[in-house]
Amino acid sequence: MSASTIGGQRKPASLKNRLKPGEWAFTGLTAAAAMIMISVIVGVFYVLIDQSWESVRENGFSFVYGSTWDPAKETFGAWPFILGTLITSIFALVFATIIAVLVALFLVEIAPMWISRPVSYLVELLAAIPSVVFGLWGIFVMGPFIRDHFGPVVVALFGWIPFFDGTPQITGLFSGCVILTIMILPTVMAVSRDVIAAVPRSQREGIMALGATRWEMIQIAVLPYARSGVLGASILGLARAVGETLAVTLVIGNSVRIPENVFAPAYTMASVIANQFNEATGIHRAALIEVALLLLLITFAINVVARLLVWRVTGGQRAVVQE
Amino acid sequence: MPLNPPFYLQDRSFNFENDNDRGNKHLMQIRATRKGKWAVLLLAAVSLISLLAAACGGDDDDTPTATAASAKTAAGSPAAGSPTAAGIAANIGKNDKAQLNGAGATFPAPIYQAWFDDYNKNVAKGVQINYQSLGSGAGIQQFTANTVDFGASDAPMSNDELAKAPDAQHVPTVIGAVVMTYNLAGITSLKLDGETVAKIYLGTIKKWNDPAIAAQNAGVNLPDKDIQVAYRSDSSGTTFVFTDYLSKVSADWKTAVGTNKAPNWPAGQGGKGNEGVTNVVKQTPNAIGYVELNYAVENKLAFADMKNKAGKYIKPTIESASAAAAGVTIPDDYRVSITDSTGEAAYPITSFTYLLVFKSTGKCAQQTPLANFLWWSAHDGAAAADVKTLNYSPLPSSLLPRIEATIKSLKCDGGAKASLSGQ
Repeated sequence: MSASTIGGQRKPASLKNRLKPGEWAFTGLTAAAAMIMISVIVGVFYVLIDQSWESVRENGFSFVYGSTWDPAKETFGAWPFILGTLITSIFALVFATIIAVLVALFLVEIAPMWISRPVSYLVELLAAIPSVVFGLWGIFVMGPFIRDHFGPVVVALFGWIPFFDGTPQITGLFSGCVILTIMILPTVMAVSRDVIAAVPRSQREGIMALGATRWEMIQIAVLPYARSGVLGASILGLARAVGETLAVTLVIGNSVRIPENVFAPAYTMASVIANQFNEATGIHRAALIEVALLLLLITFAINVVARLLVWRVTGGQRAVVQE
Repeated sequence: MPLNPPFYLQDRSFNFENDNDRGNKHLMQIRATRKGKWAVLLLAAVSLISLLAAACGGDDDDTPTATAASAKTAAGSPAAGSPTAAGIAANIGKNDKAQLNGAGATFPAPIYQAWFDDYNKNVAKGVQINYQSLGSGAGIQQFTANTVDFGASDAPMSNDELAKAPDAQHVPTVIGAVVMTYNLAGITSLKLDGETVAKIYLGTIKKWNDPAIAAQNAGVNLPDKDIQVAYRSDSSGTTFVFTDYLSKVSADWKTAVGTNKAPNWPAGQGGKGNEGVTNVVKQTPNAIGYVELNYAVENKLAFADMKNKAGKYIKPTIESASAAAAGVTIPDDYRVSITDSTGEAAYPITSFTYLLVFKSTGKCAQQTPLANFLWWSAHDGAAAADVKTLNYSPLPSSLLPRIEATIKSLKCDGGAKASLSGQ
């Protein structure tokens, strides 16, 4: 490798090499694969815009801020769904990231190998559980637990904050938040663990040599080094949270109102599509497709914002987002 | 400081472009072994593709031959078996051969599945009917788009929908009932009227001991607790029937909410599917919800007697649901709501469920076996024990002659031939 790199610059391949048929075929193959990906995205956008056009024309911009969704009267405002998606996803993102980093630090820095190996496997196994199983577990086990035990504790601790005063129920916004947190946890945890484990030994040894304690080492040497990777991990989790459908539909209560407190039933964008799409006709169907279009746009926006954030945090260096 | 990228990203020149160096034996060796691998991969890919192509091609070949054969046997076979009142045997289609595809309502799916299996095993071994329970809306859409041989729907097609599929014929099959299920500690019998249910779902009656409920339930110790209202969050025929009933009995409901498969609920929380509503009601004290009769019976839920138009409180049963159809004037195309029926013994929240078939435009290869099946289902199918064990209500017997006439009137190949055999 050193023979072909001079001063960090690649030496151009010789003319003879570039004319080889194998090289041509390989270039063509990769380019074709890339074109397929691009055309899928363009195709999805085209179909969503085309199929939702009736609703876009009829409802205009009030589709985004209107809060009445009434197929019987053909009034469509998607704000309650947008709000539900944003609240549940951001809640899940924040809590899953905090928990995941703590778990990852424990597994990498503190736990001995015979604990960290099996625990890692178990947490990663969570990612393989189908979302409908999470949903059923949510209504039969988690929901009653939240209503009877967890919810009252939350109200006792945070009830003085306006949005947190309410009566805990089996299904509702809070249940949706918790199930999403659990569902994206394995993704965020697995990537965070790899990123933290990749912090060079020399960093840790350096700070330890200065007399730092373990906590100081994590604080000074490990976390700053790993933060761009952790941010990347949480973006990956967020992408799953925004699009998660079935589990959330089962536990969120499916009520088209602005939730008055954290335990009230709510709705998400993916849930309303799952609930109503197979029976929808005409403008109702177009409106649901417009919800899908908005969901796609929101996902894009989140990705752009998250990338900017990573870029800022790392001081302009290229982010390591493992996707 | 960021992570160092992995080595393969760091230095792309690690590829074997140092080709000029003929003395690099190592590289030559690697190339020699890799060539063989590519050949194997290519071979594998080619064989996989050809295998797939063969499998797909095989499917295409099979279907036409099967349907062509069905046309012959179906047309030629004489009527046999036990004669019915109309002179045509119920098992008229026993020599048919066809594969029929249908899609639609989820509510009648269990009985349809039982019928299709029964028909295939015991009557016409050559007829296989695939039914996808995707929902009534999907059933109507696929039927309109001509992608299925028949559709199925709980709610009759609207005039707009019918305008897009003018060749559609509704054939009612069974009757379903929607029951009010509740979770009240120690209370096993509850009476409600439509007006009260509408107010509960509008959120204007908030407590169980509201005078409107107490007046109908003398002697029942109703709690001073908030009513927890549960509804179906998914679009469903069940919701359509329920809101249709409430719109008939409550003017407030009609203006505020109306009849819809997925209305804008003023109060309560939604569970997905019958099981979602059942779970909310089961796990939430003081809850009320609506589910299909068969679901409530199977899950041993408590459900309320409903006051009908004649002023009687009627327990939802297979018989009282059938009685609802007898108390309504049914138009020629069967497109009618049978909620709030005038019959003395009629349970008020009921509905037909329909199969949608083509009046004349279908191909005889499909339509004849389908018409023969419809004939069987209207006679032996409706009388089978499956109907009642699955808690569906059969159509009232007064309707049978009209259904027979409808099935006889079905044509195929653009109206050139009658679909039903033996005419």
